[in-house]
Amino acid sequence: MAREIQAMADLFERDPGSLVFLELGEELRRTGRLESAVRVALTGLEWHPSLAEAHDLYARILVDIGDLDRARAVWLQVLERHPRHVGALKGLGFLSFWDGDIDTALDRLETALGADPTDHTVVQALMTVRAAVETSAAHAEPAAADPVFGGFEGADDGMLLVSDRGRVLGGRLRGPDGDDVSEAAAAYLSGAAHEAERTARMLGLGAWHWMVAEAVEGNVHVSSPDPDTLLLVVRDRSVPAGRLAVVAERAGHAARSWLGDGHP
Amino acid sequence: MTHPYVRLLDQVTRVGGVRGVMLVVADDGLVVAESLMEGIRGGAVAALAASLTRRLAMVTKTSAVGELGFLQLQAEEGTLAIVPAPAGVLVVAVGGSDMNVGLARLEMLRVAEVVR
Repeated sequence: MAREIQAMADLFERDPGSLVFLELGEELRRTGRLESAVRVALTGLEWHPSLAEAHDLYARILVDIGDLDRARAVWLQVLERHPRHVGALKGLGFLSFWDGDIDTALDRLETALGADPTDHTVVQALMTVRAAVETSAAHAEPAAADPVFGGFEGADDGMLLVSDRGRVLGGRLRGPDGDDVSEAAAAYLSGAAHEAERTARMLGLGAWHWMVAEAVEGNVHVSSPDPDTLLLVVRDRSVPAGRLAVVAERAGHAARSWLGDGHP
Repeated sequence: MTHPYVRLLDQVTRVGGVRGVMLVVADDGLVVAESLMEGIRGGAVAALAASLTRRLAMVTKTSAVGELGFLQLQAEEGTLAIVPAPAGVLVVAVGGSDMNVGLARLEMLRVAEVVR
Protein backbone atom coordinates (compact mmCIF):
# COMPACT_ATOMS: atom_id res chain seq x y z
CA MET A 1 0.00 0.00 0.00
CA ALA A 2 2.90 2.34 0.77
CA ARG A 3 4.10 1.94 -2.80
CA GLU A 4 0.62 2.64 -4.14
CA ILE A 5 0.33 5.77 -2.00
CA GLN A 6 3.71 6.94 -3.24
CA ALA A 7 2.66 6.32 -6.84
CA MET A 8 -0.52 8.32 -6.30
CA ALA A 9 1.45 11.08 -4.56
CA ASP A 10 3.84 11.25 -7.53
CA LEU A 11 0.95 11.46 -9.95
CA PHE A 12 -0.70 14.13 -7.81
CA GLU A 13 2.52 16.15 -7.71
CA ARG A 14 2.86 15.99 -11.49
CA ASP A 15 -0.80 16.83 -12.06
CA PRO A 16 -2.45 18.50 -9.03
CA GLY A 17 -5.66 18.95 -11.03
CA SER A 18 -6.02 15.18 -11.34
CA LEU A 19 -8.81 13.38 -9.48
CA VAL A 20 -6.24 11.04 -7.96
CA PHE A 21 -6.35 13.30 -4.91
CA LEU A 22 -9.62 11.64 -3.84
CA GLU A 23 -8.04 8.21 -3.47
CA LEU A 24 -4.74 9.58 -2.21
CA GLY A 25 -6.42 11.70 0.46
CA GLU A 26 -8.55 8.78 1.59
CA GLU A 27 -5.56 6.44 1.87
CA LEU A 28 -3.60 9.05 3.82
CA ARG A 29 -6.60 9.45 6.12
CA ARG A 30 -7.01 5.72 6.61
CA THR A 31 -3.33 5.34 7.46
CA GLY A 32 -3.47 8.19 9.98
CA ARG A 33 -1.38 10.71 8.03
CA LEU A 34 -3.92 13.42 8.68
CA GLU A 35 -1.72 16.42 8.05
CA SER A 36 -0.86 15.18 4.57
CA ALA A 37 -4.49 14.17 4.01
CA VAL A 38 -5.66 17.71 4.83
CA ARG A 39 -3.20 19.27 2.42
CA VAL A 40 -4.15 16.89 -0.38
CA ALA A 41 -7.87 17.47 0.20
CA LEU A 42 -7.51 21.25 0.32
CA THR A 43 -5.41 21.28 -2.83
CA GLY A 44 -8.01 19.09 -4.52
CA LEU A 45 -10.75 21.47 -3.42
CA GLU A 46 -8.87 24.40 -4.93
CA TRP A 47 -8.97 22.62 -8.30
CA HIS A 48 -12.45 21.13 -7.90
CA PRO A 49 -14.43 23.46 -5.63
CA SER A 50 -17.82 22.12 -6.71
CA LEU A 51 -16.95 18.43 -6.51
CA ALA A 52 -19.08 16.90 -3.74
CA GLU A 53 -16.71 13.95 -3.28
CA ALA A 54 -13.88 16.36 -2.50
CA HIS A 55 -15.91 18.04 0.24
CA ASP A 56 -16.93 14.62 1.55
CA LEU A 57 -13.28 13.58 1.76
CA TYR A 58 -12.37 16.79 3.60
CA ALA A 59 -15.20 16.26 6.09
CA ARG A 60 -14.07 12.68 6.84
CA ILE A 61 -10.55 13.96 7.54
CA LEU A 62 -11.95 16.69 9.80
CA VAL A 63 -13.77 14.01 11.82
CA ASP A 64 -10.50 12.13 12.30
CA ILE A 65 -8.83 15.36 13.42
CA GLY A 66 -11.68 15.86 15.89
CA ASP A 67 -13.13 19.02 14.32
CA LEU A 68 -16.68 17.67 14.25
CA ASP A 69 -18.40 21.05 13.96
CA ARG A 70 -16.55 21.91 10.78
CA ALA A 71 -17.13 18.42 9.38
CA ARG A 72 -20.85 18.79 10.03
CA ALA A 73 -20.86 22.17 8.26
CA VAL A 74 -19.07 20.75 5.22
CA TRP A 75 -21.46 17.81 4.92
CA LEU A 76 -24.50 20.05 5.32
CA GLN A 77 -23.20 22.20 2.46
CA VAL A 78 -22.88 19.06 0.32
CA LEU A 79 -26.49 18.10 1.12
CA GLU A 80 -27.73 21.55 0.10
CA ARG A 81 -26.57 20.83 -3.46
CA HIS A 82 -26.91 17.05 -3.43
CA PRO A 83 -29.69 16.07 -0.98
CA ARG A 84 -29.11 12.34 -1.51
CA HIS A 85 -25.31 12.30 -1.31
CA VAL A 86 -24.55 9.01 0.41
CA GLY A 87 -21.23 10.09 1.96
CA ALA A 88 -22.69 13.23 3.49
CA LEU A 89 -25.79 11.40 4.75
CA LYS A 90 -23.65 8.68 6.28
CA GLY A 91 -21.27 11.16 7.90
CA LEU A 92 -24.07 13.29 9.33
CA GLY A 93 -25.80 10.11 10.49
CA PHE A 94 -22.79 9.12 12.55
CA LEU A 95 -22.36 12.63 13.94
CA SER A 96 -25.99 12.58 15.08
CA PHE A 97 -25.43 9.16 16.61
CA TRP A 98 -22.40 10.42 18.56
CA ASP A 99 -24.48 13.41 19.68
CA GLY A 100 -27.05 11.00 21.08
CA ASP A 101 -29.68 12.05 18.50
CA ILE A 102 -30.62 8.53 17.50
CA ASP A 103 -33.75 9.45 15.53
CA THR A 104 -31.84 11.83 13.24
CA ALA A 105 -29.03 9.29 12.90
CA LEU A 106 -31.41 6.57 11.77
CA ASP A 107 -33.21 9.00 9.46
CA ARG A 108 -29.95 10.06 7.75
CA LEU A 109 -28.68 6.51 7.39
CA GLU A 110 -31.97 5.16 6.10
CA THR A 111 -32.09 7.97 3.52
CA ALA A 112 -28.54 7.04 2.51
CA LEU A 113 -29.56 3.42 2.13
CA GLY A 114 -32.50 4.51 -0.01
CA ALA A 115 -30.11 6.48 -2.23
CA ASP A 116 -27.79 3.52 -2.68
CA PRO A 117 -29.12 0.19 -1.36
CA THR A 118 -25.96 -1.58 -2.53
CA ASP A 119 -23.56 0.45 -0.37
CA HIS A 120 -22.43 -2.06 2.24
CA THR A 121 -20.82 0.67 4.39
CA VAL A 122 -24.25 2.26 4.87
CA VAL A 123 -25.75 -1.11 5.75
CA GLN A 124 -22.96 -1.64 8.26
CA ALA A 125 -23.48 1.85 9.74
CA LEU A 126 -27.21 1.23 10.14
CA MET A 127 -26.56 -2.10 11.83
CA THR A 128 -24.10 -0.44 14.21
CA VAL A 129 -26.56 2.28 15.22
CA ARG A 130 -29.48 -0.13 15.62
CA ALA A 131 -27.35 -2.51 17.71
CA ALA A 132 -26.28 0.38 19.95
CA VAL A 133 -29.91 1.42 20.43
CA GLU A 134 -30.86 -2.13 21.45
CA THR A 135 -27.88 -2.45 23.81
CA SER A 136 -28.66 0.90 25.38
CA ALA A 137 -32.31 -0.10 25.94
CA ALA A 138 -31.22 -3.38 27.54
CA HIS A 139 -29.01 -1.53 30.04
CA ALA A 140 -31.36 1.32 30.80
CA GLU A 141 -31.68 0.38 34.48
CA PRO A 142 -29.57 2.64 36.73
CA ALA A 143 -26.42 0.82 37.84
CA ALA A 144 -25.00 3.25 40.33
CA ALA A 145 -26.37 5.11 43.31
CA ASP A 146 -24.06 8.13 43.19
CA PRO A 147 -25.86 11.11 44.77
CA VAL A 148 -25.05 13.41 41.84
CA PHE A 149 -24.69 11.12 38.83
CA GLY A 150 -26.74 8.08 39.84
CA GLY A 151 -27.68 6.16 36.68
CA PHE A 152 -25.09 7.82 34.44
CA GLU A 153 -22.78 5.50 32.57
CA GLY A 154 -19.27 5.99 33.97
CA ALA A 155 -20.45 7.59 37.21
CA ASP A 156 -18.34 5.08 39.11
CA ASP A 157 -15.07 5.47 37.21
CA GLY A 158 -15.07 8.38 34.75
CA MET A 159 -17.12 11.26 36.09
CA LEU A 160 -16.24 13.62 38.91
CA LEU A 161 -17.72 16.77 40.42
CA VAL A 162 -15.26 18.78 42.54
CA SER A 163 -15.40 22.10 44.34
CA ASP A 164 -12.92 24.77 43.27
CA ARG A 165 -11.29 24.20 46.64
CA GLY A 166 -10.46 20.66 45.64
CA ARG A 167 -13.18 18.70 47.44
CA VAL A 168 -14.89 15.71 45.84
CA LEU A 169 -18.64 16.31 45.63
CA GLY A 170 -19.81 13.40 43.48
CA GLY A 171 -18.82 10.71 40.99
CA ARG A 172 -15.52 8.88 40.95
CA LEU A 173 -12.35 8.60 38.88
CA ARG A 174 -10.23 5.51 38.67
CA GLY A 175 -6.57 5.23 37.74
CA PRO A 176 -4.88 2.79 35.38
CA ASP A 177 -4.88 0.06 38.07
CA GLY A 178 -8.52 0.62 39.00
CA ASP A 179 -7.65 2.55 42.15
CA ASP A 180 -9.88 5.44 43.22
CA VAL A 181 -7.95 8.59 42.22
CA SER A 182 -10.80 11.06 42.80
CA GLU A 183 -9.14 12.87 45.70
CA ALA A 184 -5.86 13.30 43.82
CA ALA A 185 -7.59 14.64 40.70
CA ALA A 186 -9.68 17.03 42.81
CA ALA A 187 -6.54 18.34 44.46
CA TYR A 188 -4.83 19.02 41.13
CA LEU A 189 -7.87 20.99 40.03
CA SER A 190 -8.15 23.14 43.12
CA GLY A 191 -8.45 26.72 41.83
CA ALA A 192 -8.58 25.67 38.16
CA ALA A 193 -12.09 27.04 37.53
CA HIS A 194 -11.05 30.54 38.48
CA GLU A 195 -7.77 30.16 36.61
CA ALA A 196 -9.64 29.25 33.44
CA GLU A 197 -11.97 32.20 33.95
CA ARG A 198 -9.03 34.62 34.40
CA THR A 199 -7.23 33.22 31.36
CA ALA A 200 -10.26 33.66 29.10
CA ARG A 201 -10.92 37.14 30.46
CA MET A 202 -7.30 38.30 29.92
CA LEU A 203 -7.47 37.10 26.34
CA GLY A 204 -10.71 38.98 25.77
CA LEU A 205 -12.50 35.73 24.98
CA GLY A 206 -15.45 36.21 27.32
CA ALA A 207 -16.70 33.49 29.63
CA TRP A 208 -15.03 30.08 29.33
CA HIS A 209 -17.29 27.17 28.43
CA TRP A 210 -15.19 24.04 28.62
CA MET A 211 -11.73 22.54 28.35
CA VAL A 212 -10.76 19.27 26.69
CA ALA A 213 -7.49 17.54 27.53
CA GLU A 214 -6.59 14.95 24.92
CA ALA A 215 -4.19 12.27 26.08
CA VAL A 216 -2.66 9.11 24.68
CA GLU A 217 -5.37 6.76 25.92
CA GLY A 218 -8.38 9.06 26.21
CA ASN A 219 -9.85 12.50 26.73
CA VAL A 220 -10.88 14.58 29.73
CA HIS A 221 -13.71 17.08 29.36
CA VAL A 222 -13.80 19.82 32.00
CA SER A 223 -16.70 22.22 32.48
CA SER A 224 -18.06 24.38 35.24
CA PRO A 225 -21.65 23.67 36.32
CA ASP A 226 -21.41 26.76 38.51
CA PRO A 227 -18.60 29.25 39.21
CA ASP A 228 -17.29 27.25 42.17
CA THR A 229 -17.37 23.71 40.86
CA LEU A 230 -15.74 21.70 38.09
CA LEU A 231 -17.10 18.69 36.32
CA LEU A 232 -14.71 16.15 34.80
CA VAL A 233 -15.81 13.50 32.35
CA VAL A 234 -13.13 11.01 31.32
CA ARG A 235 -13.53 8.59 28.46
CA ASP A 236 -11.20 6.47 26.34
CA ARG A 237 -10.40 7.43 22.77
CA SER A 238 -13.20 5.31 21.32
CA VAL A 239 -15.59 8.07 22.41
CA PRO A 240 -15.41 10.96 19.91
CA ALA A 241 -15.07 14.53 21.14
CA GLY A 242 -18.62 15.41 20.12
CA ARG A 243 -20.10 12.49 22.03
CA LEU A 244 -17.95 13.33 25.06
CA ALA A 245 -19.32 16.88 25.00
CA VAL A 246 -22.89 15.59 24.97
CA VAL A 247 -22.22 13.30 27.95
CA ALA A 248 -20.61 16.23 29.79
CA GLU A 249 -23.56 18.49 29.05
CA ARG A 250 -26.02 15.96 30.48
CA ALA A 251 -23.86 15.38 33.52
CA GLY A 252 -23.64 19.16 33.94
CA HIS A 253 -27.43 19.38 34.06
CA ALA A 254 -27.50 16.69 36.74
CA ALA A 255 -24.81 18.51 38.72
CA ARG A 256 -26.61 21.87 38.51
CA SER A 257 -29.83 20.23 39.59
CA TRP A 258 -28.09 18.61 42.57
CA LEU A 259 -26.33 21.87 43.50
CA GLY A 260 -29.63 23.74 43.12
CA ASP A 261 -31.23 21.45 45.68
CA GLY A 262 -29.03 22.96 48.38
CA HIS A 263 -26.11 20.52 48.13
CA PRO A 264 -23.38 20.20 49.18
CA MET B 1 16.83 40.60 13.68
CA THR B 2 13.83 38.28 13.91
CA HIS B 3 14.05 35.56 16.56
CA PRO B 4 14.33 32.24 14.68
CA TYR B 5 11.37 30.82 16.59
CA VAL B 6 9.14 33.72 15.53
CA ARG B 7 9.44 32.60 11.92
CA LEU B 8 8.45 29.13 13.08
CA LEU B 9 5.45 30.50 14.94
CA ASP B 10 4.27 32.29 11.82
CA GLN B 11 3.21 28.86 10.49
CA VAL B 12 0.54 28.90 13.17
CA THR B 13 -0.45 32.56 12.91
CA ARG B 14 -1.15 32.03 9.21
CA VAL B 15 -4.03 29.69 10.11
CA GLY B 16 -7.43 31.34 9.87
CA GLY B 17 -8.69 32.98 13.04
CA VAL B 18 -5.43 32.67 15.00
CA ARG B 19 -4.57 35.89 16.85
CA GLY B 20 -1.27 34.86 18.31
CA VAL B 21 1.03 32.07 19.34
CA MET B 22 3.72 31.69 21.99
CA LEU B 23 6.37 29.25 23.11
CA VAL B 24 6.17 28.99 26.89
CA VAL B 25 8.33 27.14 29.41
CA ALA B 26 5.98 24.54 30.90
CA ASP B 27 7.44 24.61 34.41
CA ASP B 28 7.35 28.34 35.12
CA GLY B 29 5.24 29.90 32.38
CA LEU B 30 8.00 32.12 30.98
CA VAL B 31 7.65 33.21 27.36
CA VAL B 32 10.43 31.95 25.06
CA ALA B 33 9.09 33.48 21.86
CA GLU B 34 5.84 35.06 20.80
CA SER B 35 3.98 36.33 17.79
CA LEU B 36 0.89 38.04 19.15
CA MET B 37 -1.60 40.58 17.96
CA GLU B 38 -1.46 43.90 19.74
CA GLY B 39 -3.33 43.99 23.03
CA ILE B 40 -2.70 40.40 24.14
CA ARG B 41 -0.80 40.29 27.43
CA GLY B 42 1.53 37.44 26.58
CA GLY B 43 3.34 37.12 29.90
CA ALA B 44 0.27 36.92 32.10
CA VAL B 45 -1.56 34.59 29.75
CA ALA B 46 1.52 32.35 29.46
CA ALA B 47 1.70 31.85 33.21
CA LEU B 48 -1.97 30.93 33.48
CA ALA B 49 -1.82 28.67 30.43
CA ALA B 50 1.19 26.85 31.86
CA SER B 51 -0.55 26.40 35.20
CA LEU B 52 -3.72 25.03 33.60
CA THR B 53 -1.64 22.66 31.48
CA ARG B 54 0.25 21.36 34.50
CA ARG B 55 -3.01 20.68 36.33
CA LEU B 56 -4.66 18.90 33.43
CA ALA B 57 -1.48 16.94 32.67
CA MET B 58 -1.53 15.62 36.24
CA VAL B 59 -5.21 14.73 35.92
CA THR B 60 -4.70 12.78 32.68
CA LYS B 61 -1.66 11.02 34.13
CA THR B 62 -3.48 10.14 37.37
CA SER B 63 -6.62 8.90 35.66
CA ALA B 64 -6.38 6.14 33.11
CA VAL B 65 -5.71 8.19 29.97
CA GLY B 66 -1.96 8.86 30.09
CA GLU B 67 0.21 11.72 28.84
CA LEU B 68 -1.45 14.96 27.80
CA GLY B 69 -1.14 15.66 24.08
CA PHE B 70 -3.43 18.63 23.47
CA LEU B 71 -5.44 21.02 25.60
CA GLN B 72 -8.22 23.26 24.35
CA LEU B 73 -10.00 25.91 26.37
CA GLN B 74 -13.17 27.02 24.61
CA ALA B 75 -14.66 30.37 25.56
CA GLU B 76 -17.59 32.44 24.39
CA GLU B 77 -15.55 34.42 21.87
CA GLY B 78 -12.58 32.24 21.09
CA THR B 79 -10.20 29.43 21.84
CA LEU B 80 -6.92 28.84 23.66
CA ALA B 81 -5.07 25.79 22.36
CA ILE B 82 -1.96 24.24 23.91
CA VAL B 83 0.37 21.52 22.65
CA PRO B 84 3.09 20.31 25.04
CA ALA B 85 6.41 19.87 23.20
CA PRO B 86 8.87 17.19 24.29
CA ALA B 87 11.47 19.69 25.53
CA GLY B 88 9.29 21.02 28.34
CA VAL B 89 8.00 23.85 26.20
CA LEU B 90 4.36 24.57 25.43
CA VAL B 91 3.08 25.80 22.08
CA VAL B 92 0.20 28.12 23.02
CA ALA B 93 -2.16 29.58 20.42
CA VAL B 94 -5.08 31.94 20.88
CA GLY B 95 -7.78 32.66 18.36
CA GLY B 96 -11.26 34.03 17.85
CA SER B 97 -14.40 32.00 17.41
CA ASP B 98 -13.48 31.70 13.72
CA MET B 99 -10.21 29.91 14.53
CA ASN B 100 -9.68 26.75 12.52
CA VAL B 101 -8.72 24.65 15.51
CA GLY B 102 -7.98 21.50 13.50
CA LEU B 103 -5.46 23.16 11.21
CA ALA B 104 -3.99 25.26 14.02
CA ARG B 105 -3.40 22.07 15.96
CA LEU B 106 -1.60 20.46 13.06
CA GLU B 107 0.71 23.46 12.70
CA MET B 108 1.26 23.57 16.47
CA LEU B 109 2.30 19.90 16.40
CA ARG B 110 4.81 20.73 13.66
CA VAL B 111 6.24 23.53 15.79
CA ALA B 112 6.40 21.16 18.78
CA GLU B 113 8.40 18.71 16.67
CA VAL B 114 10.94 21.38 15.75
CA VAL B 115 11.48 22.77 19.26
CA ARG B 116 11.95 19.33 20.81
